[in-house]
Amino acid sequence: MPIDQPAGVVVPDEPLNAETEQIVINMGPQHPSTHGVFRMILTLSGETILKAEIVMGYLHRGVEKQCEEGTFVHNITATDRLDYLAAMSNNLAFSIAAENLAGVEVPERAWYIRTIVCELQRIASHCVAVGTFGADVGTFFTPLLYAFREREMILDMFTMICGARMTLSYVRPGGVALDLPDEFIPSCRYFLDIMPGKIDEYESLLTGNEIFKVRTVGVGMLPKEKALDYAVSGPSLRASGINYDLRRDAPYGIYDRFNFEVQTADGCDCFSRYLVRVREMRESVKIVRQALDQLPAGPYSANLSRNFRAPEGEAFSRIEAPKGELGFYMVSDGSIAPYRCKIRAPSFINIGPLHEMLLGYKVADAVAILGSLDIVLGEVDR
Amino acid sequence: MSTSNSDPVIEQLSAAFPRVPFRAVNPGIPALVVPGENLVDVCHYLKITPGLEFDYLASLTAIDYLDRIDVVYQIRSLKQKRDLTLRVEVDRDEAVAPSVTGVWRAADFQEREIFDLMGVVFTGHPNLKRILLYDEFDGHPLRKDWRLPAEPRVITS
Repeated sequence: MPIDQPAGVVVPDEPLNAETEQIVINMGPQHPSTHGVFRMILTLSGETILKAEIVMGYLHRGVEKQCEEGTFVHNITATDRLDYLAAMSNNLAFSIAAENLAGVEVPERAWYIRTIVCELQRIASHCVAVGTFGADVGTFFTPLLYAFREREMILDMFTMICGARMTLSYVRPGGVALDLPDEFIPSCRYFLDIMPGKIDEYESLLTGNEIFKVRTVGVGMLPKEKALDYAVSGPSLRASGINYDLRRDAPYGIYDRFNFEVQTADGCDCFSRYLVRVREMRESVKIVRQALDQLPAGPYSANLSRNFRAPEGEAFSRIEAPKGELGFYMVSDGSIAPYRCKIRAPSFINIGPLHEMLLGYKVADAVAILGSLDIVLGEVDR
Repeated sequence: MSTSNSDPVIEQLSAAFPRVPFRAVNPGIPALVVPGENLVDVCHYLKITPGLEFDYLASLTAIDYLDRIDVVYQIRSLKQKRDLTLRVEVDRDEAVAPSVTGVWRAADFQEREIFDLMGVVFTGHPNLKRILLYDEFDGHPLRKDWRLPAEPRVITS
């Protein structure tokens, strides 16, 4: 049914092929949805992104250079501040590299404790990723606060075992800093009992949510070939349909003793990346439960001097951190400090394809695409 | 952890590039030293040859040994579940290495980082500029002879 046009308005027969002037906008470095000090220079035609340039380094502190000055144990505190949402994983990757270099044998109990805390850390990190991603795409704060509620329980458990919430420095070369306190195991078991129900809550808020799906399904495509070409790792790689997880494919520590499924999705879009993270939280709950059941008695750390020296040589580590593959490449010249300490940070490498992923999408999708990659700027800039 | 360079790979490489003087080294991590001028061809061969399929540039770094700088490529085949470490030795005063961005796009940011912090120039890189530090920064801080300037500098941009 035709609608009467108001007088004076001329409706063209054909749609206007209006070319708008291209504009360049700066997203960041101070922008609430860039999750830190991160800048994207976007060239827009209307609302469509034609070109994107990534600028980083605002949080560069020279961690790799600093590591050459401190002893191996000193440097643990620097690793806390890389991916500050997953300090345990950073501590672990650094410790494994230092142990490989020095040839230290880590006691079994220490490995179990490390696995428990790192998987809890993965749940905490994914809680932040899922919650803030929801907030990025307009579900506002409900899923975020739900996710932070459970993350807080994990941080309380971390406070219980080492006194800190985020800058933990708990995993050390040789083992862990302290043994688990008595109250940790019942708290952790209680958490494992309630967590699957809480993940159901997040899913009921997001997975079937029409608004959430419209913003994420088919947005920010990262095809399989491109993901490999850019060496993307972690949940973002698995959401592009590549079944690869270092915990299974290059097991470190005692991961070969646990039953868990590597979660993948085939969508290659923002929604798949979200889905992989949610499913990984369920798998982490399973791993922690198995580790608690098998937890042996014994020493929690190898007998290692605080100023231990590593013999001349090179070693590296790689672990499946919450954000992806975290690696340390360490060179020793026989002194108490590493000669060179290279950090293979997953966030830094995962934003490699970002400028291509943004092309052709609306400027509002840039927030969703960046959020779905789950970067932490402390690790990007180091 | 399977970090060893599998010998069949080295044999296959030597057969495919009979004139290239490969050298196996083991400073803790077994590696294959490749001459800089052959690097891109070797990498391309490693990526596309069926049975090798090194499709994943896991990590790229550089180490300053004071008499030379080594650029270290840790590559991986996700399909064959195999790792390989390549090294290119470059001169410290004239640090130039070929860019492998044409083989693996992942090298883009990582080569820029090495250029920024270690001062190795990657020829053929499409956009070689500083990535973490600001453009006016003096020197390359991960070089062993770099020291913090005594006076704090005013950053203008």
